[in-house]
Amino acid sequence: MALRLTRNRTDAEDRVAEALAKAWAHLPSLHDLQCFEKWVFRILVNTFIGDRRRQAKGDLSVGQDDGCAFSLFEKVHQPFLLWWSNPEQQLLEKLRREDIERALDALPEAYRIVVIMVEVQGFSYAEVAETLSVPVGTVRSRLSRGRALLQASLWRQASQLGIAVGGSGGDVP
Amino acid sequence: MTVGLSCEEVIGKLLEYLDRELDAAAEPAVERHLETCRGCFSRAEFERRLRARVAETGDVKAPESLRRRMRALVARY
Repeated sequence: MALRLTRNRTDAEDRVAEALAKAWAHLPSLHDLQCFEKWVFRILVNTFIGDRRRQAKGDLSVGQDDGCAFSLFEKVHQPFLLWWSNPEQQLLEKLRREDIERALDALPEAYRIVVIMVEVQGFSYAEVAETLSVPVGTVRSRLSRGRALLQASLWRQASQLGIAVGGSGGDVP
Repeated sequence: MTVGLSCEEVIGKLLEYLDRELDAAAEPAVERHLETCRGCFSRAEFERRLRARVAETGDVKAPESLRRRMRALVARY
């Protein structure tokens, strides 16, 4: 998670070390040890956001939602294909891990944090909202926009690699 | 007779359904639709598989340098 947040191995290692040190120091305040993993991840996210704000490198605010609703499925799905052809499955099999990592890393920070917390770490919307101190509705809209951007980026990469099937590769926001 | 959700309504709720974020009334309605609609089921499966691929990117083994730092941290306490 740290690597996906920071996009840099050295920074990721520093953030993990910092988060674990904080967690270790405050361990007595954790009432339910079952929550330890999520608790550490929350500390990690807060540490990362705090650092970014202090450094003023990353603007965590986002602009107006432009209603982007890109769907990778709609790009590749062909409802009238013969039974043995499944372009959606083919695309998923051909996408490499590094393609997905690149698409995640390319997301604007505010969207990337929410997508990583929900899709990679399995946080609920309420947990993300509490961690980021934003309303649940904001989490929903950032997640929706982040996922659309992620899928658009994957489509662009698939088109460039020649593994996109079922579409022309155009119409990507 | 209850009226089921349309495909458009299900697609609008699909990602929240997969995130298990729908309320108690909406979730079974989406489930019922997916049981009978091949198109929406295909889309749900695609989104589920894509999500699994995205989740895999979180599986990163901690490097030895970080392990050393953690051992030093634990040793201090």
